[in-house]
Amino acid sequence: MAETGAPSVLRFENVTVSFDGEAVLTDVSFEAFEGESRVILGAAGSGKTVLLKTALGLIRPDSGRVLVFGSDLGKMREAQLFDIRSRIGMLFQESALFDSLNIEENVAYPLRNQKAIRCPASEVLGRVEQALDFVELGGTLEKFPSELSGGMRRRAAIARAVVTGPPLVLYDSPSAGLDPITAHTIMALLIKERDMAQTTTLLVTYRYQDGNLMANFRYNSKQGRLEPARQSDGPLPRTTFMVLREGRLVFEGDQDRLEATADDYISKFCKQRE
Amino acid sequence: MLDLLKEPVLAVQEFVILAGRAFRNIFRKPHYTDDIILQMDTIGVGSLVVVALVGLFSGIVMALQMSRALSQYGEVEKTGTLVAITLARELGPVLTAIMMAGRNSSGIASELGSMKVTEQIDAMRALGTDPIQKLVTPRLVATCFMLPLLTIIADFVGLFGGWVIAVLRLHLGSRLYWNSAWQALEWNDVAQGGLIKPLVFAVVVSLIGCFYGLRTTGGTQGVGRSTTQAMVAATIIIFITDAMITEFFVSQGAS
Repeated sequence: MAETGAPSVLRFENVTVSFDGEAVLTDVSFEAFEGESRVILGAAGSGKTVLLKTALGLIRPDSGRVLVFGSDLGKMREAQLFDIRSRIGMLFQESALFDSLNIEENVAYPLRNQKAIRCPASEVLGRVEQALDFVELGGTLEKFPSELSGGMRRRAAIARAVVTGPPLVLYDSPSAGLDPITAHTIMALLIKERDMAQTTTLLVTYRYQDGNLMANFRYNSKQGRLEPARQSDGPLPRTTFMVLREGRLVFEGDQDRLEATADDYISKFCKQRE
Repeated sequence: MLDLLKEPVLAVQEFVILAGRAFRNIFRKPHYTDDIILQMDTIGVGSLVVVALVGLFSGIVMALQMSRALSQYGEVEKTGTLVAITLARELGPVLTAIMMAGRNSSGIASELGSMKVTEQIDAMRALGTDPIQKLVTPRLVATCFMLPLLTIIADFVGLFGGWVIAVLRLHLGSRLYWNSAWQALEWNDVAQGGLIKPLVFAVVVSLIGCFYGLRTTGGTQGVGRSTTQAMVAATIIIFITDAMITEFFVSQGAS
């Protein structure tokens, strides 16, 4: 995607990651700008999750550079990465809520543990309740993750990812394994978070319809629901699609270009716009 | 050949790095005191009954076996001496550590392994916490506190088991049994069996469990594999380090 004048939030420069000598990301380069949404499509094992974890500094690349908010993660020690990570929200694929903590403690975890957040203890509960209300899980403070359904766990994990108000949010397959209604609810929450907090969003998914929602719908805060972006005022959400294949970035562009592609692998992910 | 050696050498390297960071974190903030207390309860208090039972029956068996051997030399009254020495120097620390390996190394490996495969360890790092500081160091500190205490308890309960046999089966006087047991023990036995060995074993039990837990891969099957590996590795290393410490003390002419 061409630079829009907005500041760069995340930049991959020829990033290669390998495990036990086997490359899982190969020479990946892209740049995400402030306010932009990126939808990363790819089959299982194509390197989508590794890409997100590399962006978060959880995995260090074998070669290439990852710059987040202008800082080169490769030059930072783990302790320094904590400050960068405090500005990034991450929804893990299986939610990754802490089993031994209840929902309140889970959502409060980044507020209490990220030094850079500096949230006064007296404000923690209020912010946790606010985040849980945002994902419509207001009454679950005392419950443990094992007491919630898969969809509710995913929503609680979204609350934990966004409770600190991070400018960059990474979502790893947020709708995977969920029924279509719950998956739609989760996607609506992601779009709501993007539009209300004006976050830069990276969405990893194998479901094209998730990317379609991200690219063509926006959250109407007055009516409290999603609406087609073309019917509402303002520009369309800036959404770029990326396709990974066996660790290589094989496509980067907008939805029209994605749907027009003749490549067999890429076109498998596409369905015509509704 | 080099490829065969590569993996174990890398594993040892990873273990040494993990151990180094776990020890370094003892002196670094933040200190997760609540987690240390919780682990002391889980690892220490939770093992109390099983360790006491092992100690009791070890003492009983030692008294029965030693009295039989001693009776050939007409020295049955020295039963307390032999029970005390074997328990304080070897059986107390080693059996307690093996019970802890079976119960806690495997427990730690399965807990941390489950966290690893469900991405909770990654989430912890993403949310501003060093997993070694939060998960490994508290378990190390808690085990180092509790294993020596449990060993001392196992020793005393074992001596009590020996006393039961001495009085009821061998018809020795209580005073004779306790005097011979007490006089047999030297400060060196207390240092070796009550402090040095349990401390070394505590490091083995906790760090081996954490090490295998944190390198778990392959879902629930991988958790099961890590759990077994942790228990087996901890048990073997306990015996190896026991032999090394004993050899050291023997070569110093101490025991």
